[in-house]
Amino acid sequence: MKKDFRFYAKLFFSTFYLSAFTFGGGYVIVPLMRKRFVEQYHWIDEQEMLDLIAIAQSSPGAMAVNASILVGYRLAGLPGALLTVAGTILPPLIIISLVSLAYQAFRENTVVNLLLKGMQAGVAAVIANVVVGMARGIVRQKRILPVCVMAGTFLASALLGMNVALCVLLCAAVGLCDAVMQRRHEKEAQKR
Amino acid sequence: MIYLELFWSFFQIGLFSIDGGYAALPMIRQQIVETHGWLSMTAFTDVITIAEMTPGPIAINAATFVGTQLAGLPGAVLATLGCVTPSCIIVISLAWLYSRYRELWVVRGVLSGLRPAVVGLIAAAGISILALSFWGGTLWEFAFSELDGIAIVIFAVAFLVLQKWKPNPICVMLGAGLLGLALYGLPGII
Repeated sequence: MKKDFRFYAKLFFSTFYLSAFTFGGGYVIVPLMRKRFVEQYHWIDEQEMLDLIAIAQSSPGAMAVNASILVGYRLAGLPGALLTVAGTILPPLIIISLVSLAYQAFRENTVVNLLLKGMQAGVAAVIANVVVGMARGIVRQKRILPVCVMAGTFLASALLGMNVALCVLLCAAVGLCDAVMQRRHEKEAQKR
Repeated sequence: MIYLELFWSFFQIGLFSIDGGYAALPMIRQQIVETHGWLSMTAFTDVITIAEMTPGPIAINAATFVGTQLAGLPGAVLATLGCVTPSCIIVISLAWLYSRYRELWVVRGVLSGLRPAVVGLIAAAGISILALSFWGGTLWEFAFSELDGIAIVIFAVAFLVLQKWKPNPICVMLGAGLLGLALYGLPGII
């Protein structure tokens, strides 16, 4: 991949464009980034994208910003990260600056409200779609533990309202224990 | 010094809000309404409504809004920068560690636990948006009489289109918005 001016421009405008469409919380950025960086540009592979999303999720701050920083850093180091952060914060900065000038009128506009009501159902569908795809990947590993972790975090977060940071810490611990057990197994197998 | 206060206040919000979405709201309220009295509770509710109506993370939207109200465009820029600075420092450090140690078995173990967890967390966020869209409340507030048939139809159509043709999700969201405008708006016009 050549890191010329065109590459940086593409990186900046991709994050700018994706950020302008992250309605309904940060999670929509996941399907949008996958489509753009994995499927369209082939800059990052599927597995690594999942890792980056996991790191973005586990760090403080907004998910969309964190994910952009990670993608930018992965593709072009520190300058890449700064470029993608700028691309991600500019759209909300511009849009909110404009809206705050006339926010009463914007909030009460019928057309805007109906559009957003429809988009909310659309956002739910986009997230459902990416969850189905990702869950399929987890189930295909044919191991019980990841499926339990997935179902467990879903239930704990959706039904019990468990804190995201706590979920992340617990699952990291589960993953670590699993890795320790696997290593022990492998070592014992080697001894025999 | 209002600029410095804005920066510092949103720096703390950025630092202590894991998940950045709705989970960040209590932290934002504490800083903006209670500690500094920059906005009244009513104005704060307006900020949330507007943040929901516009793209971008809620914390960044709130930063821009409060910054603009208090100190114009420079205020907006500083508050927003304050909000993303902690992320930049922490996430870039993590990204560096990941690029260096991703093959290490400890790191691989932790990530293998996080990957399925992330899918579960995204599913949970999706379900709460679905609940908001279908009956306008949380998952626990389900009411059959509140069910919104139009929202269910839009969701079903959008989901099938995504599964079958794998189009750009942005087009699907915009299409869903237009469909909403048509279906919700038509009865009023006729």
